[in-house]
Amino acid sequence: MNKIKQIFGGDARQLGMIFALAALIILFQILTGGLTLQPDNVNNIIQGNAYILVLAIGMVLVIIAGHIDLSVGSVAAFVGIVVAISMRDWGVPWWGGILLGLALGALVGVWQGFWVAYVGIPAFIVTLSGFLFFRGANQFVGKSNTVPVPPEFQVIGAGTLPEVGPSTGYNNLTVLLGLLACAGIIWGTLRGRRQLINIGATVEEAWITYTRMALICIVVFGAMLLIASGRKGFPVPGLILIALVLLYGFIASKTIIGRHIYAVGGNRHAAELSGVRSKRVNFLVMANMSLLAALAGMMFVARSNASGPFDGVGWELDAIAAVFIGGAAVSGGVGTVIGSIIGGLVMAVLNNGLQLMGAGADMTQMIKGLVLLVAVAFDIYNKSQGRPSISGLFMRNRRSKGSDGDAVEAPTAASEIEKLDETLGQRS
Amino acid sequence: MSTDSSLQDNVSSPGPEEGDIPAGQVILEMRDISKEFPGVKALSNVTMTVQRGEIHAICGENGAGKSTLMKVLSGVWPAGTYDGEIHFNGRLVEFNNIRDSEHAGIVIIHQELALIPELSIGENIFLGNEVTHGGVINWMTTRKRASELLARVGLNENPDTKIKDIGVGKQQLVEIAKALSKDVKLLILDEPTSALNEGDSQHLLGLMAGLRSRGVTCIMISHKLNEIEQISDSITIIRDGKSIETLRVKEDGVDENRIIRGMVGRDIESRFPDHVPEIGEKLFEVKDWTVRHPNVADRLVCKSESFFVRRGEIVGFAGLMGAGRTELMRSIFGQSYGIFVSGTLLKDGQELHLKSVPAAIDAGLAYVTEDRKTLGLNLLDDIKRTTVSAKLKRITHGLVVDEREEYKYAEEYRKSMRTKAPTVDEGVSKLSGGNQQKVVLAKWLFTEPDLLILDEPTRGIDVGAKFEIYGIVQRMAAEGKGVILVSSELPELLGLSDRIYTICEGAITGVLDKGHADQESLMRLMTKTSSRSDVPTQASA
Repeated sequence: MNKIKQIFGGDARQLGMIFALAALIILFQILTGGLTLQPDNVNNIIQGNAYILVLAIGMVLVIIAGHIDLSVGSVAAFVGIVVAISMRDWGVPWWGGILLGLALGALVGVWQGFWVAYVGIPAFIVTLSGFLFFRGANQFVGKSNTVPVPPEFQVIGAGTLPEVGPSTGYNNLTVLLGLLACAGIIWGTLRGRRQLINIGATVEEAWITYTRMALICIVVFGAMLLIASGRKGFPVPGLILIALVLLYGFIASKTIIGRHIYAVGGNRHAAELSGVRSKRVNFLVMANMSLLAALAGMMFVARSNASGPFDGVGWELDAIAAVFIGGAAVSGGVGTVIGSIIGGLVMAVLNNGLQLMGAGADMTQMIKGLVLLVAVAFDIYNKSQGRPSISGLFMRNRRSKGSDGDAVEAPTAASEIEKLDETLGQRS
Repeated sequence: MSTDSSLQDNVSSPGPEEGDIPAGQVILEMRDISKEFPGVKALSNVTMTVQRGEIHAICGENGAGKSTLMKVLSGVWPAGTYDGEIHFNGRLVEFNNIRDSEHAGIVIIHQELALIPELSIGENIFLGNEVTHGGVINWMTTRKRASELLARVGLNENPDTKIKDIGVGKQQLVEIAKALSKDVKLLILDEPTSALNEGDSQHLLGLMAGLRSRGVTCIMISHKLNEIEQISDSITIIRDGKSIETLRVKEDGVDENRIIRGMVGRDIESRFPDHVPEIGEKLFEVKDWTVRHPNVADRLVCKSESFFVRRGEIVGFAGLMGAGRTELMRSIFGQSYGIFVSGTLLKDGQELHLKSVPAAIDAGLAYVTEDRKTLGLNLLDDIKRTTVSAKLKRITHGLVVDEREEYKYAEEYRKSMRTKAPTVDEGVSKLSGGNQQKVVLAKWLFTEPDLLILDEPTRGIDVGAKFEIYGIVQRMAAEGKGVILVSSELPELLGLSDRIYTICEGAITGVLDKGHADQESLMRLMTKTSSRSDVPTQASA
């Protein structure tokens, strides 16, 4: 028992959101009599939510920088219709359509970013304007019609990894993907541990690290095997999503621009006086958001085989909810890409499970609304208790996780009191 | 290091006026107050007795428990959450919240003023305590009573003026007027002068003396020992959550050194570390620097100012608040304030064109801002990320910020500056003011600057940390960097600087060598709205 505790040890709380997700999956697995973890359903969840998660990646950066983007659904719809028309009427090939869509998204982003960053209009206003404008533009361009897209294009929304190689009863490429993922996890863990030892930080016992690593690998590989055992392979939108999570996770945590986004959101004036070009940061996060919205729009159009006048309605709110469930702060400066993805997955699993159980859209909406409130309330309660918030936990890198358990001496009495004074003084 | 209150002729000179008041009667007694937070004993058996009609100072280093004690007294920590007894006006009192204590006549004015900027003075004074008639606010009476209260605190402002339109010194007076409106018997002021300039501070202290003569008892928490020595009748010293002693200022002949000894539990022989300057070549020079106000087109915030800094030299800048010191420094630091009009910057004889903060940092300038929390730190960050934040390039290889180097450098600075934190993973918001300031300094030293501009580097931090920061500043100078020290505390300027410029209303009014400067000469130059022609030239260039 004690040993199990140690494996999760300090991480049990740190991975609170992941555990909540796991609990939710198990709960629905039981309630739906095993439907949730059917390969087809897992594929369905990934395909049906990848575009929202793509938006969440962009949205978390926007929210970390202290802004909001309400226009993503409309921008997605606008780009979707233009791309669909370009392929149907102007003879643009499918890859040309994708490039055109991304270029259009970037252009929209430049437009919105300009007003936010260089004119100084609050993003709420600029993107509310965009929300209205691009919804109208979608219906203007498409004359409120539905425009189909060619099958080659549909791959980015509905495609799956094809069957190749010998018949094993599994989708070979998906199994391979699982193996690659595990190799990556093992490599990352070992490298991280070696670095910790190199800089002389305290590391946890080896077997804890390795057991945790093994558990993660089992879960990841198990999920891939599950999907591979179904009729189809791993979905293409899922691959796009994984690539984006890796890319943006890297940017947010390991690059200068990533640091600068957090700095601007945390304290813009301090950031500027430390040499951060905050206008440029604001411009980039807003522009990037529209770029990702364009991608999300195209993925959705590809999945539903056509672009319509009501694509993307309410997406901005789903993406924002995912980000806040994932632990970002309304006031900016806090949040992680991976946290937002998990937040988005919690919503997705909830949505899917309730649908499988036959709950109507009305009930689903009500429950999702409450989940958002409870998740954020839990986070705030944790903070007021002096425990790290969920997002704070994700923010920590491997090093602090390693030394968290026992190496850290108690904070000085003085700072502790000051902190308590602050939190409690405010409440009374 | 004694202050000279005669510097401010226009202000009624404060000072103990014993005899005017029925002294000797105890208004407040706190007995054996103990307060525990999970894992920390913030106060243990603190005992304090305050006489009616006196000004009673509480001294202690940051984190000693002063604020906690006042929170116990004012009911922020309700009865039952602490041990011990509070006797007020001869009765045992148990407050459950701030309203209770205010009802009894105890009003606390916090360091961060609790005024609403967009509301008028009158509205603020009666906020939460509105003058109503049948549920409707009676504005006529509100204005009339507000005017009366403003007259009592000597503030000549229209009660309809918005709070945001008056300076912080006047805001402090509004807070006091607000306290008076509640029929205050015991007024608690937490760091009342920390944000005020010398003139406003003196006015406030004068006002406190006036209140004392009218029978209002004051408790004052302050780090400014000269003010405490100047105005208070008795002093309770708190160290590590324990009440160490209560001193009677007159009877015990208390001076600053005596207070410091009580606060730190030992003598600090010198408040400024020994330092023999080794002054070298001219490092940095500013010529005819003129800058316009960012919003007001025809207003100049820097009027053709010229100065220089040599290697190894600590150059002080003295000026009253609003004199344009910060504006000057920030305009030099990559034009981060105001609109550049004309002037040249030279470093090692080469002209610099610094149009942005990154350019200034690359050119070897560093600017430690005056307001740590709003301008210096991202309070969401931890020590290591803060330390490297002003020059991430230095530890970035390819695209990747090297977290091992980040940890290494942060750890080096933590050790060399003796920042009190368990690890560099600690959030900066959890550090005390002094340690936060060390992190900010580390952040700028990490940029490897040649010229370090420090704007009020020791504001609001305790004596021990101040001493350490002085040491760091002198070390920087000894390494051959140039240091500019902007400070409102004249003793600090006099103790550290090799040369001091004075600024008044956006223009340099004088420069004094260390040997020629004292508080009076500085104050004279700081308050002189002179033309350029009569700049004194005692300093040898």
